[in-house]
Amino acid sequence: MAGLELLSDQGYRLDGRKASELRKVQARMGVFGQADGSAYMEQGNTKALAVVYGPHEVRGSRSKSLHDRAVINCQYSMATFSTAERKRRPHGDRKSSEMSLHLKQTFEAAVLTQLYPRSQIDIYVKILQSDGGNYSACVNAATLALVDAGIPMRDYVCACTAGFAEGTALADLCHAEETGGGTALSLALLPRSQSIALVQMDARLHQDHLDTLMEAAMEACKGLSKVLDSVVRQHLQEVSVLSRD
Amino acid sequence: MRETPLSNCERLFLLKAIESKKRLDGRQTYDYRSIKISFGTDYGCCSVNLGKTRVLAQVSCELVPPKDSRPTEGIIFLNLELSPMASPAFQTNRQSELLVTLNRQLERCLRNSRCIDTESLCVVSGEKVWQIRVDVHVLNHDGNLMDAASIAAISALCHFKRPDVAIQGRDVTVFGPAERDPVPLSIYHMPVCVSFAFFQQGTYLLVDPCEKEELIMDGLLVMAMNKHREICSIQSSGGIMLLKEQVLRCSKIASVKVSEITELINKALENDRQARKEGGKFGFVESMPKERITALKREESLVEMTDVQETADQIISKAAAGHEVVPSPVIVATGTGQVGEGLQNTWGLDEEDEEEESGTKVEKRGTGSKSEYACLPVSVFLH
Repeated sequence: MAGLELLSDQGYRLDGRKASELRKVQARMGVFGQADGSAYMEQGNTKALAVVYGPHEVRGSRSKSLHDRAVINCQYSMATFSTAERKRRPHGDRKSSEMSLHLKQTFEAAVLTQLYPRSQIDIYVKILQSDGGNYSACVNAATLALVDAGIPMRDYVCACTAGFAEGTALADLCHAEETGGGTALSLALLPRSQSIALVQMDARLHQDHLDTLMEAAMEACKGLSKVLDSVVRQHLQEVSVLSRD
Repeated sequence: MRETPLSNCERLFLLKAIESKKRLDGRQTYDYRSIKISFGTDYGCCSVNLGKTRVLAQVSCELVPPKDSRPTEGIIFLNLELSPMASPAFQTNRQSELLVTLNRQLERCLRNSRCIDTESLCVVSGEKVWQIRVDVHVLNHDGNLMDAASIAAISALCHFKRPDVAIQGRDVTVFGPAERDPVPLSIYHMPVCVSFAFFQQGTYLLVDPCEKEELIMDGLLVMAMNKHREICSIQSSGGIMLLKEQVLRCSKIASVKVSEITELINKALENDRQARKEGGKFGFVESMPKERITALKREESLVEMTDVQETADQIISKAAAGHEVVPSPVIVATGTGQVGEGLQNTWGLDEEDEEEESGTKVEKRGTGSKSEYACLPVSVFLH
């Protein structure tokens, strides 16, 4: 897709944002009654739904349970109508397995699993509309769902993508920017300790630019953490008002 | 078969060694094991030895219709298989996590970085393109499969030559190797993966973990780079928390390692080309060691011995006093001896008793006294 100008001369991107501007974030917690925790997250046009069950007894084979901590089981799936072309995605194909694995690793680092030995926490994420930043939207939605379920975590896990065009780092890429052939870095961050739970990058980038790219992604994650925090506080207020009556 | 878990004492030993910057095989923290790259007789066949990890890659090509979304580009298909001969933990037809991780990482390293010019693989736009298929088989698992697989894949791709084609309108003629020389692929750059293992929540870092180190590591960071210092992919796995400085440091280490490895690959390719041109023998047979007694000899590995004497003296001086001296074994009859207290051993004594019954008294020798302890006599077989 050559010829797609990711950053215009005036500093505007394809959707009119500036280089370090994030897309509009909207989130709701407690959307399902059945699950222990659930959340719906919109980042621009990317819509993700996360549902958490647990902690509960290990289902299936007993051998999977760990004696000193909880097992986190993640499942990632994309709806068939989520992309521009309607595509049937079988469960267990390589890309969704890889994504589920990454989510599992991210949350194993963040959730205090030592408090629930011999139990299992299930996280199910579904992408309803995909417009770039699938992994980030999943992580953010799952964080909110875990908070809704009341599972203790070290910190909010915020994820964001970052790209590189003409010497400047772009934060929060949309689909056209991701597949435009430029660099795309996904980062999951715990904002308070500045520790990175997962870093993933595709496409070529010169080593010298790695610092700026990571810095941009971390700044974006910190901004997102403030948004998530405000969402949680607002939800708590609403719920406490209702339960008081 | 389930993997044998590593025992606690082995785990503690390895962790303590890593804390004092020592590794099991005597390497430094940033050292790779010895890499040997050898090519087979066919073009596109490459075998890589990374220490004891052994990986085989084979490239093949086929004319297929292109994808609808990209009618002018060829297709690259990568497939990695964990053969059960590599490790007792691998089973055929089992989609394990490791398999998915390795496959996806290999795909991202080679396909997303666009190291091969796919447009040159187009024969008839929209109808026929070359599909290049890289099959990587793991033959022996001794840690760090990712690096070995990436080296094998890129070396095989550099070594591979596809058949020449002639296009006349819509007719495509594929020439065999006897008719026209095969054409090599056009490769822009050579991405190589470097793996970093983290221990103790990210405090310690090792390059190229062996199998035991992989079992105790907290997490892994795989960075694919080429020799032009361009990062082709980064992937962190395992539940570790990294800091930005650690990732940047890893990228610096990776750039050094990648340039060394790329030189090795180029040298191996050059050697193979020379051998083929001169008509010398080439292929796997040449790379195997000959039938000699020293064929299975292991190379010497240097171990740090500077402070061993002092540590040993310290340990001895601090150790508790030794146990009582054990009496030397007493030979009761030919073929058996006895050490320590306990019941008298009667093996072999029956014959003696019978022999001597007629004459002299039987002498009960040694510590044959029947003690009150119910100790087990230790029979020492003396030949």
